[in-house]
Amino acid sequence: MEEYVSIFVRSIFVDNMVFAYFLGMCSYLAVSRTVKTSVGLGFAVIFVLGITVPINYLLQNFVLGKGALTWLGPQFASVDLSFLTFIMFIAIIAAMVQLVEMIIEKFSPTLYSSLGIFLPLIAVNCAILGGSLFMQERNYANLGEATVFGLGSGVGWFLAIVGIAAIREKIQYSNVPAPLRGLGITFIITGLMGIAFMSFMGIEL
Amino acid sequence: MSENTNKPKKEELFSAKNRKLLSNPMGKDNPITVQVLGICSVLAVTVQLRPSLVMALSVAAVMGVSNVVISLLRNTIPQRIRIIVQLTVIASMVILVDQVLKAFFYDISRQLSVFVGLIITNCIIMGRLEAFALSNKPWPSFLDGVGNAAGYGAVLLTVAFFRELLGSGTLFGYQIVPNFIYDMGYVNNGFMILPPMALITVGIIIWVQRHRNPELVDAS
Repeated sequence: MEEYVSIFVRSIFVDNMVFAYFLGMCSYLAVSRTVKTSVGLGFAVIFVLGITVPINYLLQNFVLGKGALTWLGPQFASVDLSFLTFIMFIAIIAAMVQLVEMIIEKFSPTLYSSLGIFLPLIAVNCAILGGSLFMQERNYANLGEATVFGLGSGVGWFLAIVGIAAIREKIQYSNVPAPLRGLGITFIITGLMGIAFMSFMGIEL
Repeated sequence: MSENTNKPKKEELFSAKNRKLLSNPMGKDNPITVQVLGICSVLAVTVQLRPSLVMALSVAAVMGVSNVVISLLRNTIPQRIRIIVQLTVIASMVILVDQVLKAFFYDISRQLSVFVGLIITNCIIMGRLEAFALSNKPWPSFLDGVGNAAGYGAVLLTVAFFRELLGSGTLFGYQIVPNFIYDMGYVNNGFMILPPMALITVGIIIWVQRHRNPELVDAS
């Protein structure tokens, strides 16, 4: 149980997707104009990361990794398909996003109307592929840890985008130098928020 | 045929229009500071110049080739599945680049870690494929790809230049700040190495660029 809490907290604060690795910056900058839309996108990211990371974990351990195909028979023990990682992960992500979109549309029209427009956007959000690639690099011990890591990263991204959206809504009333308005000041504020998040860095859990 | 009658002479390889495709992304159409695409990797790999240069070259290779491939296929790709086709083409190119890096530049490949893989979701590439290669001939698409990759690389190297110079006093790993300055009490600014300073550096670059090009300033 302890490891799960530790991974969850680490992935939200210490290894925050936005502030520590700058993943998903494109949609982070483009959609953070209002709090309402950024909450929608944030939930969609949590959702998709929570699904794709465990699936890619299974894929990594039962298909792609070195010796992962042993369950098919002993003659496959030396097969190493890891060069196919990128293409398989991205295919899974694109397919899952599509599937999730259809399932939500069928069973929960209200959720669909609030998340729906963001889902296709997410397939090319680097935070999603980044989550899977970090999962592969860090070698989590079991499916549970990978799931918790996916969810935690999503929550971290959610916090970041909602925070920046709230600040951007307020900063419209401030007197920012004209060339810095919009994009420039958003970058600098994100930098300052990143510095604030760095205070979590030394935490050992 | 109607196209041919409009253009009686065959276009030269480096006509004014084609040169513009190369030069625009370097300045007022820069993919990073103006179109806001592909930010993720800019920030993460720019602690030193060397990985940034490798990253810029990798992106240029992926972008040039995938632009040409998509442009050649543009009339045969069905509209509905074009995103998947594009992702497949990009992903195959990235796999090639990744394998080459692992074979010849293993240290740098370790340093770039997941960011080579993340070239797949680099929105500059998807964006240019969607906006340009799908509706243009191979040669202009190639120029557009290389031009945008150059604009991307220019920002990448500028950020890396300042971060490495101020953060560790070196360029490409060679010491630049002479020892006697250190003796006089100069200290490297360790803050420049940390991730948040990349964001602030890009913010300042945007500031300078928009100050010089007032038409880029946001209206809001």
